[in-house]
Amino acid sequence: MIPKLKSFGSMLSSVLVTLLGLAIVTFMIGRVMPVDPVLAAVGDNAPESVVLQARADMGLDDPLIVQFWHYLVQLAHGDFGRSVLTHNEVASDIAHYFPATMELATVALILAAVIGVPLGIWAAVRQGSITDQVIRVLCLTGHSVPVFVLALVGLLIFYVFLDIVPGPGRQDIIYEGMIPSVTGFLTIDTILAGDAGAFWDAVHHMALPVCILSYFSMAYITRMTRAFMLGALKGEYIVAARAKGLSLWAVVLGHAFPNVAVQLITVLALTYAGLLEGAVVTETVFAWPGLGQYLTNSLMNGDMNPVVGTTLLIGCVYVGLNLLADLLYRVFDPRVK
Amino acid sequence: MLADFRRWALNDDAGSRRQAAWGRRYRIWLALKGNPLAMLGLAIILACVVLAALAPVLAPYDPTVQELTDRLAKPSAAHLLGTDELGRDILSRLLYGGRVTLGMVIAVVVLVAPLGLAVGTVAGFFGGWVDTCLMRVTDVFLAFPRLILALAFVAALSPGVESTILAIALTAWPPYARIARAETLTIRHADFIEAAAMTGASPWRIVARHVAPLCVPSLIVRVTLDMSSIIITAASLGFLGMGAQPPSPEWGAMIATAKRFILDQYWVALAPCVAILMISLAFNFLGDGLRDVLDPKQS
Repeated sequence: MIPKLKSFGSMLSSVLVTLLGLAIVTFMIGRVMPVDPVLAAVGDNAPESVVLQARADMGLDDPLIVQFWHYLVQLAHGDFGRSVLTHNEVASDIAHYFPATMELATVALILAAVIGVPLGIWAAVRQGSITDQVIRVLCLTGHSVPVFVLALVGLLIFYVFLDIVPGPGRQDIIYEGMIPSVTGFLTIDTILAGDAGAFWDAVHHMALPVCILSYFSMAYITRMTRAFMLGALKGEYIVAARAKGLSLWAVVLGHAFPNVAVQLITVLALTYAGLLEGAVVTETVFAWPGLGQYLTNSLMNGDMNPVVGTTLLIGCVYVGLNLLADLLYRVFDPRVK
Repeated sequence: MLADFRRWALNDDAGSRRQAAWGRRYRIWLALKGNPLAMLGLAIILACVVLAALAPVLAPYDPTVQELTDRLAKPSAAHLLGTDELGRDILSRLLYGGRVTLGMVIAVVVLVAPLGLAVGTVAGFFGGWVDTCLMRVTDVFLAFPRLILALAFVAALSPGVESTILAIALTAWPPYARIARAETLTIRHADFIEAAAMTGASPWRIVARHVAPLCVPSLIVRVTLDMSSIIITAASLGFLGMGAQPPSPEWGAMIATAKRFILDQYWVALAPCVAILMISLAFNFLGDGLRDVLDPKQS
């Protein structure tokens, strides 16, 4: 019990150090920005005295370490400052945009896992065959295409040529503002509102971006599943199970796969984090009103508070997912105990 | 000549260090030659390097000259890949864009690989608080998705090619440090290291001359596989308007402007899309092949 507690303590302390590091890095990014926050607040034509006063009021005359302390206190209160562009608190903007991104990433992850894991198993069982090669090229291609290229090609084929998916955005104009936001996930909100038309509209709008994101992440899932399965299939217990007369697939699914399932959890957690990154680029192509679009819009306008806030949030999600994967690994893998 | 080299390199009783080293390299090459995908990748990369290097000779037009009467023209004999929204020849821009992309990638690798190697070997070899400190810093940089951190850095530095290189470099070194550290840990207590220490070599000399060279093969594999990710990140920054700025013919930036005409003049966007896909696929093919050859324990 004691060693277990100890390892948990060291894990927690390493997470805390990483979070502190995140705060330092984002603080630095906010500090080295070319746009002067004072001028942004008082305007270009403000007299010298006003500028100096504003500087002092904003605490920019304090030593760096004091400023950093203020920054930490602000973060602890969930205060990321105000966006110049939207005039809202960055925290409330993020709360508004983040569910749209999460919805996209979550559905994409589920789809990618449902397709990617079986493909990886199949490739491993048929190692070296034509099937394996085709899957390998398919994955390497998914790994090599920038996600915005995939998105543009998808838009071109399915929207322009075939006309089977709706255009950019998250819902049709006629449903805009009709659905009360409860969870922020449009598919769930439309079900809660009992509006079948709006639900199908939301699903329709999601289809293409989700497919593109899941192809993008499926490549990684499939590759890792194949690698893990190849390792597991080499075990002597596999040979023994086969020698007893069990069928190939009974051995693969019943004996080998349970051993790699734990490792796959880590892969899925990392993929989810990668999907958040992919979503940033995808959202700009599909005009998806999520965190990515918020981030890029703020970037374009040199609006640093949202940039820092969003970066910090995504960093924290990343750390959280890694921690979660670690914990699940400890819970499910008896060897770690 | 070639047969002589072959016999000399494959001789099992190598007479000199040089002969043994060349023998190893030649065996790697032979193994790589047996992998058709890897060779295809290598061929595409070499072709791209040559095309980019010879861009001033090969490009039929100046990539910045505008011909507004001939804008958004379809591919034809005069303009093999058509023209863009300002009447500039797309083929010429693509060739010059290759220089921008490859230049950025090379700059990033030159900055990142030695840094990662140094951090990783020092952390692994010295251990203790040095290791803890360096790895904590590494963890912090690993805690951001690469593109997001690069975006934030570029926004802070002001968009452009130099900041793109710097931002990607800042986000790309941690995995190299991790790999170099892992390799160092496996050889730290090897007999030849002890022997070097006993003959009086200083720790720094051991790290530089005995440990670092052994980490290089895994780093090469990682660099090759990482190339496509660097290319994609650079292109994504360009696409989001934070990378190379117009009129630079960077591929991502070209796609960003061509996006507006994608419904009617899709070929404007198609050419740079295909270019990015080809080069990054080529690096992945080669990296996959190299991994099988250099790092058999991972395949």
